[in-house]
Amino acid sequence: MSDIKVGVYVCHCGTNIADRVYVSGVAEFAGSLPNVVVARDNQYMCSDPGQEMIKKDIKEMNLNRIVVAACSPRMHEPTFRKCLESAGLNGYQFEMANIREHCSWVTEDAEEATEKAKALVAAAVARVPYHEALYERFTDMCSRTLVVGGGIAGIEAALKVAASGNQVVLVEKEPSIGGNMARWDKTFPTMDCAACILAPKMVAVSQNDNITLHTYSEIEKVEGFVGNFKVTIRKKARSVEMDKCTGCCLCYGKCPVKVPSEFEAGLGTRKAIYIPFPQAVPNKPVIDRATCTYFKNGKCGVCRKTCPTGAVNYEQEDELLVEEFGAIIVATGWQTFDPALGSQWGYGRYDNVYSAIQLERLVNASGPTKGKVVMKDGRSPKSIAVLHCIGSRDKNYHEYCSRLCCMSSLKLALLLKEKTKGEVYNFYIDIRSAGKGYEEFYNRVMEEGVHFIKGKGAEVIEKNGKLVVRAEDVFLGKYREVPVDMVILSTACEARSDAARVAQVFGIQRSRDGFFLEAHPKLEPLRTATEGIYIAGCCQGPKDIPDSVAQGAGAAAEALSLIAAGKVKISPVVAVVDANKCAGCKICLPLCAYKAISFDSISKVAAVNEALCKGCGTCAASCASKALNIKHFTDEQILAQIKEVLAV
Amino acid sequence: MRYAYYPGCSNHSSSIDYDESTKAVFSALGIRLIGLDDWNCCGTTAVSSVDPLVSMALSARNLALVENHGYETLAVTCNSCYSMLRRAGDYCRDSAFAPAMTSVLASVNRVCQGRVAVRHVLDLLVNDVGVAKIRAIVRYPLNGIKIAPYYGCLIGRPKASFDDSEFPTSMDELLSVVGLEVVPFDRKTKCCGSTLMTSKEDVALALNEEILNESVQRGADGIAVLCPMCHLNLDAYQSKINKKFKTSYNVPVLYFTQLLGMAMGIGEKDLGLFRATGARHKLLKKVSV
Repeated sequence: MSDIKVGVYVCHCGTNIADRVYVSGVAEFAGSLPNVVVARDNQYMCSDPGQEMIKKDIKEMNLNRIVVAACSPRMHEPTFRKCLESAGLNGYQFEMANIREHCSWVTEDAEEATEKAKALVAAAVARVPYHEALYERFTDMCSRTLVVGGGIAGIEAALKVAASGNQVVLVEKEPSIGGNMARWDKTFPTMDCAACILAPKMVAVSQNDNITLHTYSEIEKVEGFVGNFKVTIRKKARSVEMDKCTGCCLCYGKCPVKVPSEFEAGLGTRKAIYIPFPQAVPNKPVIDRATCTYFKNGKCGVCRKTCPTGAVNYEQEDELLVEEFGAIIVATGWQTFDPALGSQWGYGRYDNVYSAIQLERLVNASGPTKGKVVMKDGRSPKSIAVLHCIGSRDKNYHEYCSRLCCMSSLKLALLLKEKTKGEVYNFYIDIRSAGKGYEEFYNRVMEEGVHFIKGKGAEVIEKNGKLVVRAEDVFLGKYREVPVDMVILSTACEARSDAARVAQVFGIQRSRDGFFLEAHPKLEPLRTATEGIYIAGCCQGPKDIPDSVAQGAGAAAEALSLIAAGKVKISPVVAVVDANKCAGCKICLPLCAYKAISFDSISKVAAVNEALCKGCGTCAASCASKALNIKHFTDEQILAQIKEVLAV
Repeated sequence: MRYAYYPGCSNHSSSIDYDESTKAVFSALGIRLIGLDDWNCCGTTAVSSVDPLVSMALSARNLALVENHGYETLAVTCNSCYSMLRRAGDYCRDSAFAPAMTSVLASVNRVCQGRVAVRHVLDLLVNDVGVAKIRAIVRYPLNGIKIAPYYGCLIGRPKASFDDSEFPTSMDELLSVVGLEVVPFDRKTKCCGSTLMTSKEDVALALNEEILNESVQRGADGIAVLCPMCHLNLDAYQSKINKKFKTSYNVPVLYFTQLLGMAMGIGEKDLGLFRATGARHKLLKKVSV
């Protein structure tokens, strides 16, 4: 390897590295290492002058390997690979030593940090002679997009992708699209009706020729990789044939079964054959087989007899569709925290303690009380308490702030004030009204005469026939008991109970709070660790409607920029099989999480599908005959690196 | 079945009847409670505010005795002892506190690994014995008597154990099995003030008044308790409360084990019922009718 000529560049990163690491000392040390022709340090290696310095040295000194000691390769490896390529080298003849995240940021003592930086640089210098030129490849892709979840984020994403002329399949678990937003009455801060602004978008979905809608359906399996996903969709048996049904509603008028309605948050009832809400899309019923008399004991059949078009079909079975997609947008949404988990708030024990979502239905004109706010005994409440942060900002439940409940509570307080003319008390920790027009709305609610008590509603008890909210009023420095007729619990926004399963199906990671994890908290909010799979809306974390819509549109842009390219890049960092060494033991086959390894039955050796392989290295580590290796992470490369780290 | 048994100071003084009725009920169920030799104070109240480490070590010394004898489970009656002993076990297992605990215990030649399961007798009756077994030996169901279930604040604190810390229900179940009508009771876990009664009597009296008030509002014939401190405050201070709040409470307050024992047909003497203060007789009279 006498022709190896290495250039080493040590970055100050302003004070990020230079504060702890004696940078010029590291560069000087690097200059003394074997094969190193030049070693320099610079304020910002990623800047144009920094890159120009590398290019100039490559040309003038015929360098053929480059080591940059700076930040994490996750930040700037692509930058420097491009820099090498523009100077005529292969981008993989490069190695980054991470002396920021792994060194200066986590080491107190400057001398120790400098020693560690030297070790990391020496290891990189020892590694690069073994680097080979590698080339990225491109493969064809499917131009269709799958959107999972028909709430406002998913609807927006589907409409935006469809507007580009590309095909979209929208899959929704419930019988209708609309999601949580369809259940809200009004929206803050403008107080326009949620259904009025959502329904046109729902209808637009059903009328768009580029969108195929599968409601009452779930994703069963996702195989393949970016650009070429193979997805299995389970269309649950609706027991109503969509093409025959005219949506005339005769069937559910006659159905004898009455069960609590999910859409009405348990306050109203629905039939066993039902349309979840008046604006549902598709506006066609579904039979809930768990409660239907026919499915329970074979008797009844009233809906089938009533249906004038013969659309009711009890024998219908689940249908499995296998379709191909280039990109996937996951917008599976959220659920409200169950306030019964905190027995101190009396939910489920006292008649007039409601959750926020129940109140949304109570104040709604199509709700169970036709929009009248009444107590269980039918009287109108004269005083109502709205308790903020139920399940949020509470280490017993969720540590995070749910973001949307302050504004939702203010909205509900205003609606209650208008509808009941009674006294409305908000018990809050802090009012978080960050958003366009939000603080102004808060001021308006205060001006309307809603009371604000700064103190979390600690508990609700019953005293002399009234509900009593107990709280510490931190402004007065006093413990208070406020008697009211009705209590509203402003519940947290939490990850759906099936989030773990959904994450597993799509290969998405989750953050500690249970929501789906984005690729980067600031710069890649819509991407996931799996290329070609994007997230939008509240499945990633609590969001209000404007943010969910923005994310839906953003995810559509991500999917479209992928599709517009027409080809997908395949990383050359993949596993390779040395057919001469492979014993055909098949140990690697079940270990591959990406199903990238198959067994060639003719030559009796393992074979790697480079398009599926993620280069994770599991197979290489397990191969007893050392027949499997990962390009760019070969044994020689890694061992040379380890040896130097330990030597310095 | 057998458990090591920690009576706590109260069961040898103000709550001898809790001690007697607990032993009687367990014996009727064929379970042995094995007393500990040389046990000491659990370290609650006064000590815990002077030196938390010493108070924890006091509890841990008791656990060390149990470990030494090779018992796995320690049955406890008093909520305060229960809370302290549970915490002491946690401290002995927690790497942050274990070294300090070890060195304090070493000064009395004891070692505690925190292996013992500290369990309240209510937990044992509901979850180990089970309501079915209890139902089977009920001879005189206490039908027609309304009871307010008062658990006290420490049964689920500092962290929930076998039941919800804010709104437990296990005693409700047990009491209804022996025929009692359990009234809804919001103040199940509201503090009785404990030893605040000696230092800030005004505050403690007000806390107890609220509990007594709800039991009367709910139409209960009496209150079932499972902690000697709660019992002392609710029972013995009624005349003081009446004087201060111009009320006329005369509410029977009994240990839940006494109620279970009555239903099982255990004699008055074995349940310590003769140790009753005035109010208790009201309920006893109703039972005998």
